[in-house]
Amino acid sequence: MNARQVLVPVAAVLVFLGLWELLVWANGWPNYKMASPSDLPPAFEKHWQLFLTMGWQTLWRTVVGLLLAVVVGVALGMVMGFSRTLRDALYPLLVGFNAVPKATVVPIVALLFVGEHDFNTILIAFMISFFPIAVSVSIGLSTLEPEYRDILRSLGASKFTIFRKIALPKTLPEFFGALKVAVTLAFIGTNLMEIVSPHGRGLGALFDSGRTNADYPLMFAVLIALAFLGIVLYYVVVALERVFAGWAERAEVP
Amino acid sequence: MSGARTDALIDIRDVQHAYRTADGPLPVLAGLDLWVREGGFTAVVGPSGCGKSTLTRLVAGLMKPDAGEVRLHGEPVRSPRATVGMAFQNPVLLEWRTILQNVLLPLEIVPTRLSTAQRDARARSLLSLVGLEGFEHKRPSELSGGMRQRASLCRALVHQPEVLILDEPFGALDAFTREDLWQLMHELKAREPFTAVLITHDLRESLFLADQVVVLSGRPARTQYVLDVPSDGPRELDELYTPESAAMLATLRDQIRIARQGEGTGGGDRERVVTGTDTASSTTSSDS
Repeated sequence: MNARQVLVPVAAVLVFLGLWELLVWANGWPNYKMASPSDLPPAFEKHWQLFLTMGWQTLWRTVVGLLLAVVVGVALGMVMGFSRTLRDALYPLLVGFNAVPKATVVPIVALLFVGEHDFNTILIAFMISFFPIAVSVSIGLSTLEPEYRDILRSLGASKFTIFRKIALPKTLPEFFGALKVAVTLAFIGTNLMEIVSPHGRGLGALFDSGRTNADYPLMFAVLIALAFLGIVLYYVVVALERVFAGWAERAEVP
Repeated sequence: MSGARTDALIDIRDVQHAYRTADGPLPVLAGLDLWVREGGFTAVVGPSGCGKSTLTRLVAGLMKPDAGEVRLHGEPVRSPRATVGMAFQNPVLLEWRTILQNVLLPLEIVPTRLSTAQRDARARSLLSLVGLEGFEHKRPSELSGGMRQRASLCRALVHQPEVLILDEPFGALDAFTREDLWQLMHELKAREPFTAVLITHDLRESLFLADQVVVLSGRPARTQYVLDVPSDGPRELDELYTPESAAMLATLRDQIRIARQGEGTGGGDRERVVTGTDTASSTTSSDS
């Protein structure tokens, strides 16, 4: 990573914050209408311990939900990628499941597993984020050109060997593409649970307490903290992608 | 045809096959009959969609025919065997591997007694033979189409297969690259002990590379005509334009014309069509 790759995004963030500040200042908005970036450091300072503990709660539950989504999504994707029958059977179910707004599922889950806050939150994060993974893996596997399979099959390779040597690595770029989408979705899931069915944990709960106490800078500070966590997790996925599917990135043509 | 059919390495007898489709069975092969001697080079030509690729899958053991038999060394082919190498029109190199790692792939599957160093040496020597020395650690995306096809040929040969199946490997290349690769095939043939089956649409290619050209009829395919290319046949590009070569090409072109006219009307017709200009070097199907 060179200086340009670091400086350009940092400059962009600073420009964004400057424009935000300018917008609030030019309109003369009070901070209960819209907080400005200069309101945020005091909010973070006042509640920094809460931000640390609740940010951690949000982060670990999101990551666990995401890992669950990866495991289940890849498994479903493999099943649908290898069997036409199961693909035809599962697709409408999955699409229907995905179409249900998860905000409506939150109270149901909260009633179903009363008191299991961590479990509930992870469940919603998982439910909202496994779909793109399942779809991309199944498409990656089902669009594998038959010649790839034939090259190994003609040598007497087993189905598992073909999967390990060809299907799996060939699907990795699609998988990581979906994982980038799933990361942000999982955050939405976690926060949905934390806000719609608050139980005093996570940044969602902090946001909710900001709302009930009319602490508007706190609410905006939570949004920024969430954005920060989202960016961190996203770039973790990007780093993993570089390691495991870096070959898919074409060298720049001189 | 030199040698007797009993010595055939590949022996395909009266093979029939139909694909099951939504509109009922679609017959693709209806009486395919051909044999290739050990060390031979057979080209199979015929109208598009006549079942040539089905033929390669049968020989590779990737599928079983509805009727008839495919034998290698007199043994019926029932499943894939490691003694086959394949190259397709699409080089299907694995993008996440270097060229060297791509060529080494079959040796990871096929049981081999070679040490890692020996495998490496084998792959590198093939790569240098096809002119890819210095590209061992490049990715396929960094190579031209012709170079990828060269690498694909190395991969097909690295485990020293008895049978090399070539399914239109030069079809997507430009004319000059194609002619380069024809020459390369002759060099490979001189070095490696394979028996080859080449599927192609290019009659000049079939004449240039093969010692036997089999013309298939339109779908469903039968063996319509077999042309034996004499051993002093064209082996340099210039020799494709001698009167003898021109006569053989004319014969093949005639046969293709007949095959295309018969398309769709053949059905279960099993009668052998033997017409066209009979040059001295051509014979009718061998089992008559």
